[in-house]
Order: sequence, then structure tokens, then C-alpha cells
Amino acid sequence: MSHLLEIDSLSVTFGGLHALKDLDFHVDEGEIVGVIGPNGAGKTTFFNMISGMVTPTSGDIRFEGESLVGFDPNQVTQRGIARTFQNVRLFANMTILENVMVSQHCRTKQGIWGSLLNTSGFRKEEQEIREHAEKVLGFFGSRLVGFRLEQPASVLSYANRRRLEIARAMATSPKLILLDEPVAGMNPKESVELTELIGKLRSEWGFTIVLIEHDMNVVRDVSDRVVCLDHGETLAQGSFEEVSNDPAVIEAYLGRPLEKKA
Amino acid sequence: MTLATETTGTKASNEVVRGAFDLDWRDLIRTGAILAAGLVFLSLTGMPEGLDSRVLIDPFLSLGYVSLFWLPLIVGWSVANEKVLEGMAATRKSARDVVAGGVVGAVGGAGLSLLIALISTFDIRDPLVNWNESTQAFLSFQQGTSFGIVACIALCAGLGAFGASLHLMPRKVRRAVVSALLAVVAVAIFESFLVDVADPLSFLYSKTGGLIPLWAVMVGVAALAFTLLGGGDRIGKARSNYQTLTGPAKAKQDTILIVLSVLALIIIPMITGKITQELLANVGIFLLLALGLNIVVGLAGILDLGYVAFFAVGGYTTAVLTSPNRGPDWPEWFPTMPWWGAFLVTLLMAGLVGLFIGAPVIRMRGDYLAIVTLGFGEIIRILFLSDWLNGYFNGAQGITNIPPADFGLFEVKGTDPRSVFYLVLVFAAISIYVSWRLERSRLGRAWMAVREDESVAEAMGINTVNVKLMAFVVGAVLASFAGSVFSAKVGSIFPTSFLILVSIIILVIVIVGGMGNIVGIIVGSVVLVGILGGPKQPGLLAEFSEYKLLIYGALLIWMMLQRPEGLVPNARRSRELHQDEFLQDAWLKGKVDDADENGNGAENGDVAPGLAGGAS
Repeated sequence: MSHLLEIDSLSVTFGGLHALKDLDFHVDEGEIVGVIGPNGAGKTTFFNMISGMVTPTSGDIRFEGESLVGFDPNQVTQRGIARTFQNVRLFANMTILENVMVSQHCRTKQGIWGSLLNTSGFRKEEQEIREHAEKVLGFFGSRLVGFRLEQPASVLSYANRRRLEIARAMATSPKLILLDEPVAGMNPKESVELTELIGKLRSEWGFTIVLIEHDMNVVRDVSDRVVCLDHGETLAQGSFEEVSNDPAVIEAYLGRPLEKKA
Repeated sequence: MTLATETTGTKASNEVVRGAFDLDWRDLIRTGAILAAGLVFLSLTGMPEGLDSRVLIDPFLSLGYVSLFWLPLIVGWSVANEKVLEGMAATRKSARDVVAGGVVGAVGGAGLSLLIALISTFDIRDPLVNWNESTQAFLSFQQGTSFGIVACIALCAGLGAFGASLHLMPRKVRRAVVSALLAVVAVAIFESFLVDVADPLSFLYSKTGGLIPLWAVMVGVAALAFTLLGGGDRIGKARSNYQTLTGPAKAKQDTILIVLSVLALIIIPMITGKITQELLANVGIFLLLALGLNIVVGLAGILDLGYVAFFAVGGYTTAVLTSPNRGPDWPEWFPTMPWWGAFLVTLLMAGLVGLFIGAPVIRMRGDYLAIVTLGFGEIIRILFLSDWLNGYFNGAQGITNIPPADFGLFEVKGTDPRSVFYLVLVFAAISIYVSWRLERSRLGRAWMAVREDESVAEAMGINTVNVKLMAFVVGAVLASFAGSVFSAKVGSIFPTSFLILVSIIILVIVIVGGMGNIVGIIVGSVVLVGILGGPKQPGLLAEFSEYKLLIYGALLIWMMLQRPEGLVPNARRSRELHQDEFLQDAWLKGKVDDADENGNGAENGDVAPGLAGGAS
């Protein structure tokens, strides 16, 4: 039985700091896995490592059986892993449509000559890129389409920027999407709605999802399985109930109860 | 002092009538001192005195005085300029402003007077070459120092007050006066150009140069009448009409404009003289370079400070392949070919050099990349100059006797600048087409993404190294167009034609014109190379060529402060630089997106619900 993504005793150190220590992790196709942990637990480093932005010190990352260690981020995306960023990083001065169109770069191939000679292949591909982009944006209802298509991403509200980030990741046609705190900064109503959409990402689009999230309601509602990290190590994994009742997890979040005086 | 300012503020808000001398003296003196420093600096550069021999209006006014005394006029204007805070004018205009302008001018003039007095008492000619009698005589209007000391103060005060008083005139009158002044100065300064364009115009000018006073008045009156009869308004209206167009209507207008300007560019060189043709050819060559650099800097965001390297490679490749005077060490079999054959090889060569220089450089980012490209730009020039390759490129002697470009029906050669211009026009059309197509393609979008945020672009699946390298190579090939034409035009090339200054001037064209905007680049080349002149090429203001770099520098600083997006900005870049204002505008138009923050969850945020809610 091989997993979609498999991580073996992965470690990364920044100087003397062990950001991740001997981490084992796996995701099966069609799963939604929640990654939780207190601040500084190494969650984002974990994502950076999968997406190729940080090179692990030791260990192995295998995606569909192929090792990703040493790949550039664009090669990782090419293989089918897309991500969003915790601190929304859109191309602020490009339009909403362009943001989504540009992320199909690795799935398309027209080069200089096609665009200079305006070949039929070029026109067809542009058309397809545009249609795919509009389809992806349509996933979020009417928020990001219509007159918004031609507006720069910088005018969007915070929640819509987060949605656009997800759209941009979806447009790379990945198999696995890494969502880094997708509902951070959203109000409760919006989080509930986005939680539903995350479910649809799997049921309608067939993506496998790993998400980092601090909002436990979201984690409980969407995750099949939850992994808790602290100090770069796995504290617990299993269903949400198992993990949330694990004493080690409670300790990591709340601290150790005071020793009773004898 | 704080107290004083506060009381003035209260008075203004209570609409208490203030006396003409109730001024913020401290501020005025400070501005005056800055003006004085400016005037003294300009005088000591030697520019005004040097330009004294160039007569604008025979026999009263020389370019020298204009080039110095425009300063108090402008400062006077800006002192009285309405200070607009948060969209509301702070105070009303009154005679007070004229006094303020006069005071500032007088303080500035006092600076000049001090200079006149000091020149006769001290001698610091050693560091300051222009600290001499002729500067003193120039500043005293050749009438003796005591006259000069008084006259400078009086003149500057008068000009300052006049500049300030422009604000008091009704808008229409003000525009008429300003356009009359500008028209007279422009007609006088562009004497040689205007005579070259249309020889019959020479009746305006006296034999020794300069406008004849009668005609100066007539030109002024004509400009005055034109503005008063609403000529300016009509132009402004047509322009704002054009700017509001969208969709197919705009496309139609654009097509008409493009066809008209191409026709104009084909016809103009036929009727004008050699000076104008030469000027147009030079503008064209720099336009080619700027268009290429625009792809590298404007679209892909790679700050390339060594762009001249590709210009040099283009020039030398064509020279080596066409000239009989290339270095002696080339092997026997090495071909000599006609220009167009050499041109094709040049394109290939420039692309290869772009690839070779780009491959190691492109992995760097930001400032590091800028410095490394600066180095490579120099390395290429020094290689052409070196003893090591002397046998191939003749070192400092350069390659001479480059034959003209022969196209069978016509020849392109330096002695016929019109032919050069037409060739450049064809290449400029190609470059513009390339920029225009690439900007709206998959590759163009990838360039933009890399410019916005390189790490994210990479995480979104863009191979940033390849994409940036592509920008570098396209830029190199476009620069080689210019290099190839340049060889055929000049007929001989030397390493000194490819100084680092050329890179910088091309970059300044792109920045001043408007990075990322093709029309902006064209305007930038016309303004900088056409009017001020290129690194070695004289522009319309040939008199200023010695002080060209001073003017370039001042212009660049002024642009960065007042209009960092360039003369004709790219929509995206101005958005980037004026994010707040842009968001404010979007909000006022009801297009801002705060649907979610308000929790209305409106599916469609056509109108900001915040506004709608406030109204209900």
C-alpha cells in the first residue's frame, strides 16, 4: 500500500534550532488531514519543506513514489502539489483573472514564437487558460467573477484574498493542496462557509488536502485525521476526538497543570 | 514659534482679515535661503554665464539669464501655491501671497548679491572655476557690482512676486499668460530646429540669432489669443474624452491615432532638414534600446544596469562582419557580408551573449543582480578595448570604414540621416509589436508574477530562472537592433561609444517615460534624447549639452519626488505607487470590496454594503 505523500524521518535544522525532528507523516489519496499545533511548532516549515521552499537536512519526501528532496518549488508544483500562504501573498497588482491565469503556467506551454506569430495553438491555449481560470473562480460563487475579473487583487477584502489564494492553488491542477490557515481572519460565518467549500474541494474536484488551522471547529468539521505537532515533533495523530483528548496535546496547548502540594 | 503658527491658523479659520504682512516669516526665509542656494549653485556651475552668448530676444534677453532667473519665478509660484489638505484648500488667495513671493524672491536675490560682493573680495577660484570676474559681470548685468547687487534683489523679488501673482489671476488669464511666456521662450530656444523644419520661418529671427523683438511680441500675442479663444480647452477636452473611452471605441481611436502618427513620422523627415532628421534618427536608436530594456526592467522587474553590453555586442558584431578594417587576426575564411546578412548573425550573437551573461547572473535577485549586471556591462566594453583582443577589435582605435547598409533600392548611411530614421522606424515597429504581444501572453504574465513576488511565482509553478533568462535574451536581441543600425549609421565604432553612461541614460528614459508603458517609453526617448540629447548626440537644446547630466539628474530627482510612475505611466505601476489613493477612488465608486467585513455576506458586491447600509 503506497501513500500519495509519504514523509520519512524528516528533519530540518536552522543553525542549532530543530524546526522539525524525525517527522513521519503520510497522506492517502482523497484524505483531508488537519495539522495543528501551538505557534512555532513547525507547521509552516513543514509546508515549506513539502513545497520545496526549504530543503530538509535529512529524511525523505515521496510523492506518488517519487522523491521530492532537492526539487525546486516549481518542480514540486509541476508534480501536482499546490499551496497557499499563511500571510496572503497574492500578485497584488495583477488582476484577479491574471492571478489565476498565471498559476496555470506549468500546465501550458506556448512560448515566444506562439505569441509573436499569434498562432492558432496560442489562441486556443489562451482561450483554455481563461476558461479554466473562470471555472476555478466560479467555485467561490459570484464573488470573484464579473467585474472583479479585471480588478487588481489589491482591492479585494481580506476574506476574498484568501479565497483567491485558494483559487490560484486550484488552478495549478494539483493532486494535493496544502492550505496554510485558510480561515485565519475570517468571521465565523465565513469560516463555516469555507469549511463547506474545503469539503467540496475533495468531493467535486477530487483534491487531497492537508490544512494547517488554528480554528478547531474547522479542523473538527473537515478533517478525516488530525496530526498535532509541537517543537517539530509529532505529538499525536488520529481522529479529532482522539487527538483533542490526548493529554500531551492538551499540555502543549495549555501547559502543565501545577503540581499539587503534598 | 509654535504659538505664532497656531494663532495664524486660528485666524485663518475664523476668517479674520489678515494684513498683507501677516506672514509665516520663518518659513519664507527658509524657502528664500533654499532659493538663494539654488541660484548661487547654478551661477557657479558656469551654465548661465556660458549661455549668455546665446541670444533669445535680440538684444535684450540671453538664454543665460533665462536659465538662471526661471528659478525665482517658479519658487514664487510654489510659495503661493494652494496647499491642499485632505481635499480642502487651506486658505484663500490674497495679496499676502504676492508679498510672500516677493519676500522669498528678495531673499534669493540677496544670495546672488552676496555672491557678487564676495567674488570681488575673496578668491576661491581654485576649487570653484567659475568664481571669477566674468561671472560677476554677468550677474551684475555688465553694469558694475553695486548696480548688480541692487538689481539682483529687485529682479528676483519682482519675479517671485510675479510668480505668486499668477495665482490671483482668473484661471483663463493665467493660462493665457503662462502659455504666451512659454511660447516666446520655446520659439526663441528652438530657433535652429524651427528654421530647419521650415526654412521660411527664418524671418522671425535676427541675423545674429535671437527673436526680433517685434516678432517676439507677435508670438506672445498669438499664444495669448489662442488660449483666450479656448484652443487649450478644446485640446484638453479631446484628451479627457479619449481617456474615458473603453472597449471597441477606444480600439478604434487607438488605430486612428497609430495610423496618423505613423503617417506623420513617414512624412516629417521628407520635409525637414538634416538637423531634424539626425535628431529623429538618434531618438529612434535610443527608443529601440529603451524598448528592449523596458522588457527586462519594466515587465520582468530585472534591474539591468549593464544593458549597454548588448548594444555593444550588436554594434561590434555587425562591424566585424561588414568592415574591411576589422582586426588583422580574423582567420582567412571569416566572411565579410552585406549589412542585412550581418544583421541576422548579429541577432543570433546577441541572443547567445544574452544567454551566456544571463545564465550565471539571473539566479541572483534585486540589488545583487543590479550590481552584477553593472559589472558585466563594463566587462564587455573592456574586452573590446583590451590588448588581448586587440587583433580582433583594434582596441581603442575601434573598427572604421563600416559600409552603409545596402538594400538594393536604397542605402542606409550616416550622411543620409533620413534613411537611418526609416530603418529605425521599421525596427521600432517590430520592437513595439514584440513588447505588445509578449506583455499579453503566458510569458508576459509569468514576467509580471516574477516582478511582483519571485518566491510565490516559483511556488505557483513558474520556472523563474527560465522565464527571467527569456526576458534577458529578448532584451538583448532588441538591443542588438540598435547596435546594428548604429554601426551602419556612424560608420565606425569605438569602445567609448559604449560607456556605462549609455546604460544609465537608457534606464533614465525608461523611468522618466513610464516603466512598462510603450507610449511612455516613446515620450521618454523624445524628451530625453530629442530635447536634452543622448550621451554624445546633441538634442534640441544643444546649448545645454555641457550641462546635460546636471539636468538629467535634476529631472530624475524631481520625477522621483513628484511623479515616480513616469510621464506616461503604466496603469499597474501607478496603482502600485499610489495604492492608497487608488483604493480611495475604488471606494468612492462603490467598487471596493468590504462585503465580507460587514458580515452581510452579499454575494455580489456591486455596491459596498457599508455605503448602502449607511443610507438606509
